[in-house]
Amino acid sequence: METGIVMTVANLIRGILMLILGNEFIVSVIMKLIGIGAMIGVISFAAILFTYTERKVCAFIQVRLGPNRVGPRGLLQPIADMLKLMSKEDIIPYGVDRVVWALAPMVLFVPSALAYAFFPFDDGAIFADVNVGIFLLIAISSQSVLTFLMAGVASNSKYGMIGAMRAVATSLSYEAPMVFSLLGIVMITGSLRMSDIVAAQQNTVWFIVLQPIAFLIYLTTCFAETNRTPFDFVECESEIVAGAFTEYSGMRWALFFLAEYANLLSISVLTTTFFLGGWSGPILPGFVWFWLKTIFMLMIFLWIRWTFPRVRIDQMMSFGWKVLLPLALVNVLFTGVGIYINRFM
Amino acid sequence: MEVVDIVPPVLKNNVAVTTIDKLFKWARGNSIWPLSSGLACCAIEMMSCAAARFDLARFGYEVFRAGPRQSDLLIVAGTLTWKMAPPLVRLYEEMPEPKYVIAMGSCAIGGGPFADSYSVVKGIDEVLPVDVYIPGCPPRPEALIDGMLKLKEKIMHPERVAESRKQFVRSIDVEKIEEANA
Repeated sequence: METGIVMTVANLIRGILMLILGNEFIVSVIMKLIGIGAMIGVISFAAILFTYTERKVCAFIQVRLGPNRVGPRGLLQPIADMLKLMSKEDIIPYGVDRVVWALAPMVLFVPSALAYAFFPFDDGAIFADVNVGIFLLIAISSQSVLTFLMAGVASNSKYGMIGAMRAVATSLSYEAPMVFSLLGIVMITGSLRMSDIVAAQQNTVWFIVLQPIAFLIYLTTCFAETNRTPFDFVECESEIVAGAFTEYSGMRWALFFLAEYANLLSISVLTTTFFLGGWSGPILPGFVWFWLKTIFMLMIFLWIRWTFPRVRIDQMMSFGWKVLLPLALVNVLFTGVGIYINRFM
Repeated sequence: MEVVDIVPPVLKNNVAVTTIDKLFKWARGNSIWPLSSGLACCAIEMMSCAAARFDLARFGYEVFRAGPRQSDLLIVAGTLTWKMAPPLVRLYEEMPEPKYVIAMGSCAIGGGPFADSYSVVKGIDEVLPVDVYIPGCPPRPEALIDGMLKLKEKIMHPERVAESRKQFVRSIDVEKIEEANA
């Protein structure tokens, strides 16, 4: 079985380390640390780069130029923003629950970063290929709503409170259709392991062909999960100022900002893995295919973000419970019928 | 308040401090996020400024934040009445340092056509420290962009602004003005 570029490089490093150190346990610990470092590096780099991408794509859609003065083609803009946010005054408002309030932006990064452990970046390049992959992934990523609740309630502000309540409501009503839409894939694959899902698409067709309705449902719920327009109810400016983040300034707020982009990358990767065949593809190495598809999905997410207006909160809730959830259940039913028929053909 | 200002004079020649200060000045000057607060008709020009034709985003200033906690610049775009003054000052106070204020349009500068009214603040510098004044009724979006670039220059090179202010004060012929007044 051939391995991808990432595993080849990893094996090379492992071989060199084995030659130098000679102790297998120490080498495997170092390899794990390198892996974690690389993962966090990818997340931070992508998050900072995405702020620039988002502004450029938004400008393109609105027939503008976007940032182009700071550095070559405006590439230093995110760096200037980050430095500025770091140098801003750190305001802790009177009356906040200090511990919970300060903890929220830091804790937010944990589920965002932890989800990356389950992404198959290339053949064999998956940090934790556990047999309950999807289940664990959904369980971890749905924890991020807890930090919104922490931030909003601890802020001791009405806008924060409303934002937090909306975050919980969104999460509760959109987690269910999301899981049910992924159930179709699990039924076809017969496994919860992430590498098995990619392998199943490698041999046959991509799941976007077999599960088009599930794809649409998943795409819709992704917007609600990452709090982006048309479902950005945690932070909708025209209604509740900045929602759960109203009282955060400077670097604390920047962490929320970065986590949003880390989540954006995470949903692009997940959509690629579940519906677009992951790293599988002809000619080009798997790693390249993986990033090509991920960037394609990212562009679609940005496109939708800057095209649609925000729906109302009640419209969103009723859409989740009355349209998406029944549709996802029907999809599960038809997938089951399809698998049953397929058995006799 | 710049970092250099709080450094004791003994450490003034410290290279690291001045370099970081320069870096922060560069970052602050290139990433001014305005608070989306419009008081009156000048706000229309402010919105137009961020839209396709004038595109404030080229300079990286298009991130209009809805809350004062995340913004750096308060653009007072329009007539400020005494009733609105306390909320506006409160918004300014809620912004984290370093923060800047732009007075946009005649009303914000000096009350404009309503200068004789009992209810209008005769220039927002009665209640807020103003960094840049942009004249016009209303100023064109280009004028606002120019004002923000002036602010950028003020942030990045405060000594130049101080120098030009000195020159301006020197150029005023006090005797001539007194003659004209008499």
